Amino acid sequence: MKIRNVALAVLLAGAGAGAFAQAKEQFFPVLTGRTGPVAPNATPWANGHNDYMKLVNARGGINGVRTLTEECETAYDTARGVECYERLKGKHGGATVFQPLSTGITFALTEKIPNDKIPMITSGYGRSDSADGGIFKWNFPLIGHYWVAGDALLKHIGNKAGGMDKLKGKKIGVGYHDSAFGKELLPILQERAAQYGFTLQLLPIAAPGVEQKATWLQVRQQQPDYVILQTWGVMTPTALKEAQAVGYPRERMFGTWWSGAEPDLKDLGQGAKGYSAVMMQHGAEPQSQVVKEILEKVHAKGQGTGPKDEVGSVLYMRGVVGAMLAVEGVRAAQDRFGKGKVVTGEQARWGYENLNLTQAKLDALGFKGVMRPVSTSCVDHMGATAARVHSWDGSKFVWSSDWIEADDQVIRPLVRASAEKYATEKKIVRRSGQDCQS
Amino acid sequence: MFYRENGQFKTSYRADQQIFPITQDRWAVLALIGFAAIGVPLLADDYLKSAILVPFLILSLAALGVNILVGYCGQISLGSGGFMAVGAYAAYNTFVRIDGMPLIVALLSGGFFATLVGIVFGVPSLRVKGLYLAVATLAAQFFCDWAFLRVSWFTNNSSSGSVAVSNLSFLGWGINTPTSKYLFCLGFLVVFALMAKNLVRGAIGREWMAIRDMDVAAAVIGIRPMYAKLTAFAVSSFIVGVAGGLWGFVYLGSWEPAAFSVDRSFQLLFMVIIGGLGSIMGSFFGAGFIVVLPIVLNRFLPALGSLVGVDISTAGISHAETMIFGALIVWFLIVEPHGLARLWSIGKQKMRLWPFPH
Repeated sequence: MKIRNVALAVLLAGAGAGAFAQAKEQFFPVLTGRTGPVAPNATPWANGHNDYMKLVNARGGINGVRTLTEECETAYDTARGVECYERLKGKHGGATVFQPLSTGITFALTEKIPNDKIPMITSGYGRSDSADGGIFKWNFPLIGHYWVAGDALLKHIGNKAGGMDKLKGKKIGVGYHDSAFGKELLPILQERAAQYGFTLQLLPIAAPGVEQKATWLQVRQQQPDYVILQTWGVMTPTALKEAQAVGYPRERMFGTWWSGAEPDLKDLGQGAKGYSAVMMQHGAEPQSQVVKEILEKVHAKGQGTGPKDEVGSVLYMRGVVGAMLAVEGVRAAQDRFGKGKVVTGEQARWGYENLNLTQAKLDALGFKGVMRPVSTSCVDHMGATAARVHSWDGSKFVWSSDWIEADDQVIRPLVRASAEKYATEKKIVRRSGQDCQS
Repeated sequence: MFYRENGQFKTSYRADQQIFPITQDRWAVLALIGFAAIGVPLLADDYLKSAILVPFLILSLAALGVNILVGYCGQISLGSGGFMAVGAYAAYNTFVRIDGMPLIVALLSGGFFATLVGIVFGVPSLRVKGLYLAVATLAAQFFCDWAFLRVSWFTNNSSSGSVAVSNLSFLGWGINTPTSKYLFCLGFLVVFALMAKNLVRGAIGREWMAIRDMDVAAAVIGIRPMYAKLTAFAVSSFIVGVAGGLWGFVYLGSWEPAAFSVDRSFQLLFMVIIGGLGSIMGSFFGAGFIVVLPIVLNRFLPALGSLVGVDISTAGISHAETMIFGALIVWFLIVEPHGLARLWSIGKQKMRLWPFPH
């Protein structure tokens, strides 16, 4: 009896192993944060990413090549993220691109990806200086990083105050996650504070951030004119609850793009009314074409990754956008290296470096009104500096600003200086023009 | 039958006092080290080496350090994560600020600074014992957390608070492949394990154990409590500091203070408790249990689930892993409170007599 079961198991395992050889699939690993301190926020991201990958397959794949995803749970912990990276990087023919959704894991993987030749997309997070593609060959903070968020937010605050010069003498409190993620926002704020004459009140919040009474007592004492939040996960609703408790008006609170989504504000409802957050181009887009397509082609067939009512929410859309950028980079790589073929990590890297998503292309993919054109190059791995601000009206988000462009003239030198510092420390030489063509 | 000790007569004190007096043991350990050094790099794939064996080796080293303090000297310490952080950041500063600094010297300097910090935070042990000392060492943990977050000098004034190292090399060999990283950590572990084993077998080790068993009686017979306790803190922090340096340099490559948070301290303490307090071998068992078991569960639960026809989500696997892991800890402590090392010793004792019952 036992021998028969063992033989059966071996046979099944053998059959399973054989099946892998046939599939022509582009492997996209997914590092998820479905448990731990950021679970309510990272879960919709992963669901959106996986749903879009399924949609791509439903549309016929990337010139016929199907997408394959596999998840690995990191719980927002760097060591586990590194283990997930090591586990997935060689599977299913090799990982195409990693999107760690954690600044801590990004820093750790930045050291490993040049050796393993796998690119990393860190849309809206990670190292802000990695926008300098001349030094960071394998990092792609596509469509935005923290300095763009900070600058756009300051512009919006200035606009509301009646002009950037009206900010002179004002006090802006910054509640930030006490880690690399939180601190990454500060350089742009400090730069602008020196330029426009406002002072910053730094309020570090220790992770996971469920205990913030001391921080908000400080806010009540100091009464800053505005408060910017650079928080993620359960830290954001806690901050808003404490703000409500000390009576700080939510209309004067602004979050960066990881600090303003439905999971943060749903439970507070009217209590968070007036809170705004800057968004990396998209917001909650339930009316967009791509959402309608996902509902029709994926959820209607019972293949949705998560619950249907979260489709179109802010973080879900961010996952969709992340997946779209990953896929379009592969498509661009296929245009050069061979349509209909599975691309390697190196070829995908070229694709992400030569991304040219015009408005027409984006509209065709279903992102009309959601995204603006993205165009990357060897020296610019970010590709776009557009942002918008939305506000919570008690039950949903409404746009409270026009399209804002972050000031590249100020940000680019900062990025370059920080990247040069990294390069001298690591003894990396800036990429030559020839290397950019490859 | 396996341990036929007939005919193994020792003719000198030196032979009688060696670490592995039984010939079979000696050969087995040498074979194990040989296999670890030669066989594993050839047989194991890159994932096994870089994601399972390297963390296992580094955390075994850290558990070794903690075991010396908690297991042999009886001073409960919840500050091990903080000492690892001191080792990592001190090694980083030595490596980055001084041009041409060899890697080994940087790591040992990390251990040295961790020793200094360990001695400073070990001073409360002269006054308080047990759980109160645990709280005092917890202060060490939080102090280190605060220092590396706030004092930007330690992170070389990096704006993000995150530091990174690369281009590691030892005597001309680069430490950048899984095999080289594995062998580098293995070298450190073997050297330190030998050093630790000899320390605990010697006079100082006996002093530590006397303090652990009954510190008043130890003081009465002439063992200086201050000397014994502070040397325990010093040696333990040195080893833990070097382990911290290895963790940051070799495993993570780039880290922030959260990598050495209080969770790390608890993890090390649990390794030592589960593995066996007061046992060098116990550190390895404990590290193996706590490092490798969650990963094994994570990888085999989906397979197990699919055999029964149940499809578990990634979040479900993560939760199940935590639950099963917790249940196993409770079960082990009920079955054998002295830890896995005790189970191993009992097994070995029986093996020495088998097939004879007594």
